[in-house]
Amino acid sequence: MRSLIHRGAVAEVSAGAAAVRRARRRSSNLAGYLFISPWLIGFFGFTLIPIVASLYLSFTNYDIFTPPRWIGLDNYRTMFFEDPRYWKSVGATFYYVFTAVPLRLVFALAIAMLLNAGFSFLGLYRAIFYIPSIIGGSVAVALMWRRLFGVDGLINTVLGLGGLQGPNWLGDPRTAIWTLILLAVWQFGSPMLIFLAGLKQIPQELYEAAAIDGAGPWKKFLRITLPLLSPVIFFNLVMQIIAGFMVFTQAFVITRGGPLDSTRFYSLYLYDQGFQFLHMGYAAAMAWVLLIIIAFFTALVFKSSSFWVYYEADAREEK
Amino acid sequence: MYAAPSIFERFGLGRPTRRSLIYHGTVLLICLFMSYPLLWLIGSSFKPREEIFTHSASLLPHNFTLANYVQGWAGFGGITFATFFKNSFILSGIGTLATVASSAVVAYGFARLRFRGRSFWFTCMLMTLMLPTQVQIIPQYILFSRLDWINTFLPLLVPRFFGEAFFIFLMVQFIRGIPRELDEAAEIDGASKFGIFVRVIVPLLTPALVTSAIFSFYWTWDDFFGPLLYLSDPKLYPVSLALKSFADAMGETNWGAIFAMSVLSLIPVFVLFIVFQRYLVEGISTSGLKG
Repeated sequence: MRSLIHRGAVAEVSAGAAAVRRARRRSSNLAGYLFISPWLIGFFGFTLIPIVASLYLSFTNYDIFTPPRWIGLDNYRTMFFEDPRYWKSVGATFYYVFTAVPLRLVFALAIAMLLNAGFSFLGLYRAIFYIPSIIGGSVAVALMWRRLFGVDGLINTVLGLGGLQGPNWLGDPRTAIWTLILLAVWQFGSPMLIFLAGLKQIPQELYEAAAIDGAGPWKKFLRITLPLLSPVIFFNLVMQIIAGFMVFTQAFVITRGGPLDSTRFYSLYLYDQGFQFLHMGYAAAMAWVLLIIIAFFTALVFKSSSFWVYYEADAREEK
Repeated sequence: MYAAPSIFERFGLGRPTRRSLIYHGTVLLICLFMSYPLLWLIGSSFKPREEIFTHSASLLPHNFTLANYVQGWAGFGGITFATFFKNSFILSGIGTLATVASSAVVAYGFARLRFRGRSFWFTCMLMTLMLPTQVQIIPQYILFSRLDWINTFLPLLVPRFFGEAFFIFLMVQFIRGIPRELDEAAEIDGASKFGIFVRVIVPLLTPALVTSAIFSFYWTWDDFFGPLLYLSDPKLYPVSLALKSFADAMGETNWGAIFAMSVLSLIPVFVLFIVFQRYLVEGISTSGLKG
């Protein structure tokens, strides 16, 4: 069918062939839009219009029951200059993202390399390491974690066996956030699987050649593993940063933002403002600032990638 | 040094036996460390109440009991966990089917059909992956409350019929690997676009469909935020929200029952994991699904 039209067009540029082509393109356009229409409707209905609406709401005072009242930049001014809790939530979120994400990735890479060095039982080990991640977002695990880190919980009991006096993990602002960070680190499974897939792509000959040149394990890691793995590191970093900024369930269930707001992460505070205090306009403004923060960090990682992400031109062409 | 290599090799231990013993010992130790909390959770759910606190470090209960399960299943406010599980299965089941089916249709459109603006919309779709959900929830909540959908399953189910960007992307990548010749052959045989999608693409897309379905099921099963926003009648609670409310209602007094219900809430996830492990691992390694 396509070749017929093509031949017709080449042989004689008749008005008929052009009309057929136009009709065909029109029907192809129609078919294309028909197939993507579920997404398009969802995109406008549940994403684009809500986002624009939330931008508008961020300039209003709105409690759901009375119509929104335009107050200009007041929400933003309050947020930046008059709400210490807001800054506390920003601080807690940054602290969490910039400790939990690197730690999680380091663990994921270390375990992936450990598994990559072995030859047997890989499937079993991989599964065991991955299980915490598959259930990590659940309320069940969060509740378990709350009990583990209780004053008389398992962690302190084990510390006690070693003669150590464990802290009141969830009651102390300095340690509460670390229970959440540890939970995040415990769930290193999905970046680990991605690292493992990346490590398998690195040609073994490179290591053999390096060994002949007298390179030790550390040098091999720095000169071969890290550069060849950098695209995967990049990908994991972006995904984890975005996910880190949106953490909610774990903090909501384990610490409920306390003690003294030390774990009141951004999304938790946003939920409180919007759905507990019904400050919908304020929450919308917070959501917009979060959007900008995430976009900023994602862009930063993307921009910096040209300095540290190494793409092997040949390898890419082969794909 | 190389005593009885046959036994070691049968168990997959390589030639330098001592090295491999150290290796497997280390990995198993880390595995034990990782899974200890979960084993402890399961063990504690069978312990009598006092024992949870007195023998908190031990995995196995001294006095095995099912009382926690009986007490837990009774739930709260006169609603048993049977209701909560039923709600979870409805939400996860319908939600997953809707998401996977709609994502597949859209993915076919993006991967195979030429139309004006295709790459623009595709880029838009990829951008939505980076959007924090927080930006959408406030106006969405207002929309659903205007529609009078609060306290029904509709806010949690209806959006699922419009495809999920991540699964669409995953399936587009997968469809691109299916030879176009198959489509063209079907077209010559007189199949319509929809016919090609149903008869040619869908059967070959099965691995991607399964991966998406499992993850969609997990995320819905674990979803806490959505039900927290939209459901206030405990009769409608899925397990995730019910567990939290149950724990609040029980306070610190009945951890045994909380653990028992926690264990039950994890069972569907575990069963799926064991059955579909291979798909999941491949799905993650190749596409980098979050999780």
